[in-house]
Amino acid sequence: MMPFQIVVLWSDVLVWLLFAAAIGFAVLVAHNPPLLSAWRRVGASRLGMASATILVAFIGIGLLDSLHFRQALDGKPGQKTQYAVEVLSLLDALASPLRLNNEKTYSAPFATRLYAKETIEVPGLGAVREYPRLKNAGKHLGEHEEELLADAAFTAWRAILLALLVWLALTAWLLQRRAAAVDASRRAKTSGDETEFAWSSVLLTLLLMLMVLTPLFALSGKYHVFGTDKVGQDVLYQVLKSVRTGLIIGLVTTLVLLPLAVGLGIVAGYFRGWVDDLIQYVYTVLNSIPGVLLIAASVLMMQVIIDTHPQWFATAAERADLRLLALCFILGMTSWTGLCRLLRGETLKLRELEYIQAAQAFGVSHGRIIVRHILPNLMHIVIISLVMDFSGLVLAEAVLSYVGIGVDPTMTSFGTMINNARMELGREPVVWWSLAAAFSAMFILVLAANLFADAVRDAFDPRVA
Amino acid sequence: MLQVDDLRLGFVAGKKNLIAVDGISFAIARGETLALLGESGCGKSATALALLRLLPGAGRIFGGQVSLDGENLLQLSEAKMRQVRGGRMAMIFQEPATSLNPVLTVGRQIGEVLEQHLKLSGAAARERMLALLRQVGIADPERRLDEYPFQLSGGMKQRVMIAIALAGEPQLLIADEPTTALDVTVQAQILDLLAQLQAERGMGMLLITHDLGVVARMAQRIGVMYAGELVEVASREDFFSRPRHPYTQALFAALPDAAHRGQKLLTIPGLVPSLAAMPAGCRFADRCAQVMAQCRTQSPAWREVAPGHQLRCHWSGSAGGESALRHQLSEINGDAGKPCLEVSDLKVHFPIRKGVLQRTVGHVFAVDGISMAILPGRTLALVGESGCGKTTVGKALLQLVAPTAGSVRLGGGELVGLKGKRLRTVRRHLQMIFQDPFASLNPRLRVGEIIAEGMAALRLQTEAGARHSAIVALLKQVGLAEEAIERYPHEFSGGQRQRIAIARALAVQPEVLICDEPTSALDVSVQAQILNLLKALQAELGVAYLFITHNFAVVEYLAHDVAVMYLGRIVERGRAEEVLRRAQHPYTQALLSAVPTPRIDVISQAVRLAGETPSPANPPTGCHFHPRCPRAQAICRENYPPAQAISSTHAVNCHFPG
Amino acid sequence: MLAYILRRLLYALPILIGVNLITFALFFIVNTPDDMARMQLGVKRVTPEAIERWKSERGYDKPLFINAAASGLATVSKTIFFEKSARMFVGDFGRAEDGRDIAREIGQRMWPSLAIALPTFILGLFVSVCLALTLAFFRATVFDLWGVVLCVAMMSISGLFYIIGGQYLISKLWRLVPISGFGDGLDAWRFLILPVLIGVISGIGSSTRWYRTIFLEEVSKDYVRTARAKGLPETIVFFRHILRNALIPILTGVVVVIPLLFMGSLLTESFFGIPGLGSYTIDAINAQDFAVVRSMVFIGSVLYIVGLILTDISYTLVDPRIRFS
Repeated sequence: MMPFQIVVLWSDVLVWLLFAAAIGFAVLVAHNPPLLSAWRRVGASRLGMASATILVAFIGIGLLDSLHFRQALDGKPGQKTQYAVEVLSLLDALASPLRLNNEKTYSAPFATRLYAKETIEVPGLGAVREYPRLKNAGKHLGEHEEELLADAAFTAWRAILLALLVWLALTAWLLQRRAAAVDASRRAKTSGDETEFAWSSVLLTLLLMLMVLTPLFALSGKYHVFGTDKVGQDVLYQVLKSVRTGLIIGLVTTLVLLPLAVGLGIVAGYFRGWVDDLIQYVYTVLNSIPGVLLIAASVLMMQVIIDTHPQWFATAAERADLRLLALCFILGMTSWTGLCRLLRGETLKLRELEYIQAAQAFGVSHGRIIVRHILPNLMHIVIISLVMDFSGLVLAEAVLSYVGIGVDPTMTSFGTMINNARMELGREPVVWWSLAAAFSAMFILVLAANLFADAVRDAFDPRVA
Repeated sequence: MLQVDDLRLGFVAGKKNLIAVDGISFAIARGETLALLGESGCGKSATALALLRLLPGAGRIFGGQVSLDGENLLQLSEAKMRQVRGGRMAMIFQEPATSLNPVLTVGRQIGEVLEQHLKLSGAAARERMLALLRQVGIADPERRLDEYPFQLSGGMKQRVMIAIALAGEPQLLIADEPTTALDVTVQAQILDLLAQLQAERGMGMLLITHDLGVVARMAQRIGVMYAGELVEVASREDFFSRPRHPYTQALFAALPDAAHRGQKLLTIPGLVPSLAAMPAGCRFADRCAQVMAQCRTQSPAWREVAPGHQLRCHWSGSAGGESALRHQLSEINGDAGKPCLEVSDLKVHFPIRKGVLQRTVGHVFAVDGISMAILPGRTLALVGESGCGKTTVGKALLQLVAPTAGSVRLGGGELVGLKGKRLRTVRRHLQMIFQDPFASLNPRLRVGEIIAEGMAALRLQTEAGARHSAIVALLKQVGLAEEAIERYPHEFSGGQRQRIAIARALAVQPEVLICDEPTSALDVSVQAQILNLLKALQAELGVAYLFITHNFAVVEYLAHDVAVMYLGRIVERGRAEEVLRRAQHPYTQALLSAVPTPRIDVISQAVRLAGETPSPANPPTGCHFHPRCPRAQAICRENYPPAQAISSTHAVNCHFPG
Repeated sequence: MLAYILRRLLYALPILIGVNLITFALFFIVNTPDDMARMQLGVKRVTPEAIERWKSERGYDKPLFINAAASGLATVSKTIFFEKSARMFVGDFGRAEDGRDIAREIGQRMWPSLAIALPTFILGLFVSVCLALTLAFFRATVFDLWGVVLCVAMMSISGLFYIIGGQYLISKLWRLVPISGFGDGLDAWRFLILPVLIGVISGIGSSTRWYRTIFLEEVSKDYVRTARAKGLPETIVFFRHILRNALIPILTGVVVVIPLLFMGSLLTESFFGIPGLGSYTIDAINAQDFAVVRSMVFIGSVLYIVGLILTDISYTLVDPRIRFS
């Protein structure tokens, strides 16, 4: 008798698989000094670590949103428990006030009233057209709507104070630990001052994040801090939900792209001859179709399949989920060519290197040469291009959703948010908050990813730096 | 004319300043050549760039004075300094291939100097350019003016570089390793040219080099640099007859040549200290044979020991115990019986494809029918200039490149055409050491894994414990500590990496080891260590070497037999004494006389070759060498000469040997 | 040279055939024409007769590759593959859902696309190269550092934002130019100026950063040191030596997209209501007009391949090393 039933969506499996792979990779790096020293250089980059901190926050949200379950319905004891149709995630559960406190339609950030006039029956006055009070925001103000500013400021200040305390405690703890570590290293006479981890920038970013996020969440219980959308849903909640979609597009796609690009690129460059010709032919053909059009054609075909086989999907969530994965698959299939060409070129160079020839002189098998000598020396290119691709994919999702070939319209993503909101720019007065929130969140995510990618590239690429 | 006083310069790394050159002073008079000699990383190139204020982004000049005709260059404004650069002071660089702008014509690149410094343009400038090109010995200058650098050969590019440098009519020419990237025969041409131009124009010259032979050929005064300091300055006579500093003495002693055959070369132990960790006392103290207590604590002062001979050293003895430091090496000599590797008529041709259907329109005749035999425990040196196909021979022997024709027999078994498992079993007996110690070790593998690779592939020492102890034994054999197993290649210096590469090759106990220029990327002192090691290993293990090289000094020191290659073919072969002392082929003779010798008592009877090696895609008819040969006759243009036996072991492919 | 271009053209043919086969497989094998009919007709109107009628109206009622019912050449020619895919090679793209000839439509619509894309391309290239050159000139200074950060920030902004923000600010708030639409002849500039401006700005970030790395790579080359050793002023070093060498990778990276300018931009055209190929494509995607999408895929590939050939030619023009060998 559990109060809930765990639901495992396919995308969840992949997300956690990726997470496990990341941890596995970290363990591998920790045992491999050359790789470790490269990552140390990433760690020493102030901008890189600041953006990594932000990325970790985003990933945290995404992971919370990737544990799904169905809540048990109140049933009589003894009966077989029934579960709700709605599939919820841990994030939904944590943010249930946001999720459930829906209004009727648009309301501006920190508004206490709706954005559209309605006819309301006022006792004594009859039907009056006015902006009705919101059901779930600013209720505690009662009649004193004018105290909103003071109340919001007070709540925010309290939250900021709390954030500051938490941050100070954290910093103190870290400083203490580091003092001990420095002591130990001084005793061991290892001075790694050149590649010292950029703690200061992490802490600074953390402070900034706490200062912004704590008041935001403290206020979000009382108000719609980012307003509500057309159907009255809280925009902050939508932003939070969009994070997972963006991350999945950015990360799962690479899962599809990677084996193709790495495998074919190395094979083409290493064996040359007709294998090379064939692989080059395949990627030139794929490359010659303009990306958006190939994606559009594939997505259209996928839609036909989905629409003509409704029996495959048990719930709407499942359908949206599989459509998301199919989109990742299509994006992966259409974007492996660039990395593949890069790796092929690099393999061509590598195979002429003397250590590969030395291995060949020993009669080491091709497979072993590829795994031991070529792959590890291509790793930096793979890592750089993965991190670089991520931001491009997040941006692409928005465009594709706008064009109508993106994620399922029922799935919350930055693209669908923008798509839904852009029509409202024509309204007078303008409804800007939904767009602004989606663009800002996306900008922060992509900027952090780009800056992180820069730090990674500087650390791994011997030419730059 | 040029006066450098207490020049200090270095590089900014993070928040620290690394001092690369610490207070050097020298002067160059009009018409004089000063050579700055030193091994890599001693700061000699940085000094040259600093004189022109051309240090790269991170470089800084921290102090001192550079004055040209009494004008302090370090205090000039950037605009004034530009008038000095290329005008009163010009520079030529080491790599002619990359130092010219690939997308501008030769004429344009010379012309901009004329325009900048002499305000010449139009027809007058063109006249001047033609004259300059003629001066630097470029035939057909009218055509060359409108050509791009890629259309010129390496030697011609360097001539163009010299023409660019001369265009501003400089009083002082700085030449930074001007011939290091060139072949010996071309190097001889360029050195001759520089010497002649200097004499004609009365220019001062600062020659930066690591090659004692070049110094002997060119310099009037020599400054030796070590770890950012000038340790000795002497006139040419004093330098070669009475070197005072232990470092200079050690450099001479580390040079291999025939006189030291059968002896161990003197080596300099240890490494040049890194910029970040300079010792407080004498910088050479850790590696010095004459080190005293005060050397560790007190940096020696700059003192004059004889007129014009200055020194930075506490020690005042003279080179005495040199021969006592050498050890006799036992050598396996005499007839060693049957050859362990026999090559006959080996050919490697690479097709050239062109046109719509990629048809084969010709071949690069990289290796075109060579035969040779290597006897157990002996060293055969395969000598030739770049592009003659000597490296391809090595790869073809190992079947890394599929031979087009011919046979390679190892201990009686044929290698050509073997595949898969059978080829693998043969590979055990034949291994290779590569030229570049930085490219020949996988940076992602530990040294232990690198050495174990061959054993694993050939299924030797399959038991883990046995393999580990075998690796330890190998490391010890090549002079490395056991801890090396767990470390990565980047933690080792060039010489140590080459030792690792040797250990890797020896791990499968080969009978023949192909050494492809194993010391050409190394400094002289490190080269000596590796040569000693190779010799000791041969004595110990009886392994035969095929030593591929362009360096005659190494050949003289190491080889028992010599084969000289030109354009894919062997033109002369024989015992080392025969080929080196009584060379019969005009090419061998020219090669031998082109090598600059690090002695001043030898007057080289110059046999200078014209031109450069033609392309192996289109070798000349008849004797490949005839276009450059002083003895060429009609028959040379028509028939390739057959091998003529001079003695039972000495053969030459020439119509007119002698 | 001629033989070279000829060889490139010959090489292009198998690629186009490959593209053709892929699109054919995507549109006719992954889903059968029956599936498409069902989808197009909607759930309510699906009857076997309706499907048959839908297919025969569009010529989808024939077999895929081999028509066993026909004889002679018609066994191959009276098939979906021949009529719908192979005929694209001769410029016959069939008809759209609204019955119009796709080829004619493309011929008309590519000019408005070009009118926007070409100025955007040229202006964008000019601005980015100038900015990149400036950053490279001030390399390793604070100016350079923040310039790069700004570039990264600019490329982190969604293209949609540039368009929506620009439209809102310039057309709606300031009312400087019309918000969308397209005019004929000289009058068109009022409609062009905003999309071009937005197109340029949205591309600055990534291209400036890319060109900057190319310039920096050239700056560290040996020949630059030679040029400085000649005593040349820094401006000449930059414009005569570095710019000329850096133009090779820049041009060759850029030339490939020139033919694709005819295709226009999906986003810009649909936001600004420009009757070009981009908006044509978007409309087709939204209306699930497969014939149009298929044609655009084919046209796009042809243009891309033309771009590749142009790239090869431009290489030989800029780089003497290739011109003379």
